[in-house]
Amino acid sequence: MTSAIEFRGVSRVYGDVRAVDDVSFAIEPGEFFAMLGPSGSGKTTSLRLVAGFDVPTSGQVLLDGADVSGVPPYERNVNTVFQDYALFPHMTVLENVAYGPRVRGTSRSERARRAREMLDLVQLGALGGRRPAQLSGGQRQRVALARALINHPKVLLLDEPLGALDLKLREEMQIELKSLQKKLGITFVYVTHDQGEALSMADRVAVFNKGRIEQVAAPRELYARPATAFVARFVGSANVADAALARALGLPQPFAIRAENVAVLGEAGPSPAGSHCAPGAVLAVQFHGAASRWQVKLDAGEVWSAMVTEEDSRALDGLAVGARVRLCWPRAAAVPLNEAGAF
Amino acid sequence: MRAASTFFYRRPYWYVALLLVPPLLWFGTVYLGSLFALLAQSFYRIDDFTAQIVREPTLDTYRQLVTQPANVDIVLRTVSMAICVTIACAIIALPIAIYMARYASGRMKAFFYVGVMLPMWTSYLVKIYAWRLLLAKEGIIAWCFGKLGLTGLLETLLEAPGIGGPSLSSSYLGMFIVFVYMWLPFMILPMAAALERVPGSLLQASADLGARPSQTFRNVMLPLAVPGIAAGSVFTFSLTMGDYIIPSVVGAPGYFIGMMVYVQQGTAGNIPLAAAFSVVPIVLIFVYLGIARRFGAFDAL
Amino acid sequence: MPFKERYRPNKASWLVRAGAFAGLAFMHIPVFIIILYAFTTDDRTYRFPPPGLTLRWFEVAFGRADIWQSMSLSLLVAACATVIALILGTLAAFALARAKFPAKDSLTVLFVLPIALPGIITGIALLAAMKTLRVDPSVLTIILGHATFCTVIVYNNVIARLRRLPANWVEASMDLGADGLQTFRYVLLPQVATAFLAGGMLAFALSFDEIIVTIFTAGKERTLPIWFFNELFRPRDRPVTNVVAVIVIAVTLIPIVLAYYLTRPDDEHETAR
Repeated sequence: MTSAIEFRGVSRVYGDVRAVDDVSFAIEPGEFFAMLGPSGSGKTTSLRLVAGFDVPTSGQVLLDGADVSGVPPYERNVNTVFQDYALFPHMTVLENVAYGPRVRGTSRSERARRAREMLDLVQLGALGGRRPAQLSGGQRQRVALARALINHPKVLLLDEPLGALDLKLREEMQIELKSLQKKLGITFVYVTHDQGEALSMADRVAVFNKGRIEQVAAPRELYARPATAFVARFVGSANVADAALARALGLPQPFAIRAENVAVLGEAGPSPAGSHCAPGAVLAVQFHGAASRWQVKLDAGEVWSAMVTEEDSRALDGLAVGARVRLCWPRAAAVPLNEAGAF
Repeated sequence: MRAASTFFYRRPYWYVALLLVPPLLWFGTVYLGSLFALLAQSFYRIDDFTAQIVREPTLDTYRQLVTQPANVDIVLRTVSMAICVTIACAIIALPIAIYMARYASGRMKAFFYVGVMLPMWTSYLVKIYAWRLLLAKEGIIAWCFGKLGLTGLLETLLEAPGIGGPSLSSSYLGMFIVFVYMWLPFMILPMAAALERVPGSLLQASADLGARPSQTFRNVMLPLAVPGIAAGSVFTFSLTMGDYIIPSVVGAPGYFIGMMVYVQQGTAGNIPLAAAFSVVPIVLIFVYLGIARRFGAFDAL
Repeated sequence: MPFKERYRPNKASWLVRAGAFAGLAFMHIPVFIIILYAFTTDDRTYRFPPPGLTLRWFEVAFGRADIWQSMSLSLLVAACATVIALILGTLAAFALARAKFPAKDSLTVLFVLPIALPGIITGIALLAAMKTLRVDPSVLTIILGHATFCTVIVYNNVIARLRRLPANWVEASMDLGADGLQTFRYVLLPQVATAFLAGGMLAFALSFDEIIVTIFTAGKERTLPIWFFNELFRPRDRPVTNVVAVIVIAVTLIPIVLAYYLTRPDDEHETAR
């Protein structure tokens, strides 16, 4: 089966900045694919290379198996939902949605019919006559979605589409986008810097850092088995032991350990079976409801955190900031990392 | 059309180049070409006996410009007028700019912007003509002074050495007033634009930290208006330096750079000297631009 | 004392207010005076207040062939210069609005130089070029000069609007299947049209009123400003001059006011971003 999108050694260089640096990956048809990374990591540039707003400095971008270098955006069967929606202010909502068919020469009545259909799909059927300025942020977001979907693209690109919405609306839209994607069976490429969003919606996630891809994996695997220190920290903020720290702890290889797998124990006492322990001093305790996050400064240097349930916290009663403790974690829960934790 | 569009998608520089060809041809030949011709003329000289232009490169004309005291006087007179006008414009513009940018809102703001734009775009010559009427011996200003019983004060002012004259319309004082009037909008608009960009929270923060309104004005508002003042001063300075209509319609008999250029090319027929004289404001304006840049004039434009 | 310096965050101090309104009045009085004088019955002096009011001078002015001639020449020059300026200024603005290339900054300076330097420089430079090339002054040379600085006005207006447009509108349009021409027609043109018109109107008004450059390039031709300028030194028909002044104000201000309304920031455009 040909991939919907494939990057082969793609780089995009602006002056002396390597925005995308020798990136290769493939996205399968019908997949919900997320590009996750901090700002400036190359994820948006990669999206723009797929849309055709930018051209790679070297390497190839393939859509449906065909190299699209030199193919302008209007000849790619790909549509985009922009971060700020980019709705045309001088057109009504209906005219905005009908814009795609209009520039493709569809008749007036036919494109109005299809635009109304799309507005119904995003539950904005009644607002076709309004101007974008008269809509709320959430409504504009839906208009942008309808406008991008009306051409029946093979791939829908979404550039931080929920970034401007408030938390509650964002969660609603996540569910809606996911079900829409299932219903339409279109490939979604979703750019975000919010790891929660990427993990909850995507079939697979590519983690970008400094123009390169650190890891491409399904959300569960990404969370359970981060390949690099960067992924371990960025996705679910794990504790990372780089080569130096691992050596100080008497372990052979760099590794990551999630805060919820770390237990806080008093200074003295035997280590639990199959566990490693490291001594340190309590820096802060943050209450998070069902659990508390204990920040502990290890004697070996790093600050690690441990998520402690309310029940276990009670057992630690009396330990205040500055108290001496041990952090212990089951050996099996530690995830070995590929590289020496250069980050 | 689609093919052409795709052609340019693949070669974005070609698209820019194609658009640029006509305006560049025009500006390159008509404008830059003329400037070079001007520069070239300033290196020619006029033969004293035949009154013909001698087309050989020479520095004689420039020598004449800088060695004759009368010419140096003209340059100094023009520069001092330009500086005085700039300062006066800045002072008068400040309250207007502050009010329209920071306090007026809605209709009042629109009223002020239109109120500044309209006189700016009203016919240049008509405005000068109006001032001739206002400043004339039996004109409105003299009439007002008379009605207020201040005719004596006006006469004392006109007797003052340097700025006075037989009437306001034939004194440097009158010329100064006209210059200030003419270029005032060019100072107000950049100043207001600079002040518009100041976040309101800055003024609130200053008040919150205990500054009285006058202290906020001096320590926050005024420094933030500086780029606007610098930008506006580029206009007032440059416009005063180059003008020759105002000094020839209103004012005392002393020459200004612009008048000298006009007279030398016209009645005197000495294009090389006119050209050399016109190089003076160009140089001075570039020097001034260099100074204004340090005060952030270009950020406020 | 505590009552005197009461804190009023949204109120200007009386000093600022007085200065602002006095300054505004200062800018308008001369214009009103000119309009008033066009109706005075006094034809010898600039006496104030006018002894009486009359419409007679309008009739006299409209009967003068020389005024009509200068007026039609000025309108012709302004129309030609505006058309050239609209083409050149718009092309330059579209070329420089978004593109990035090495010489861009120098070009940006070049395209505003004719109004950044005093008009007399443009005037004397054109004259020097005409002398060098032995070209005689004519209507054509006037238009040549006017079109140069009018281009700057159009360029400034159009590029200011283009820079305010979010870059991704063009991308969104192409993304949805529109090629360059369609994007221009459906997205850019509706947004730029008013700035284009406003630039044209300002250019027209500027050209109609221009004297500083014109004197150098006109030779024996007499545009309306040149006619007016000559009258200032030979004040034989003072009342007629006053009437022409009012006519000039009217001809220039109408396009200016229209231009203002065309470029006023539109609430809809501002909030839609």
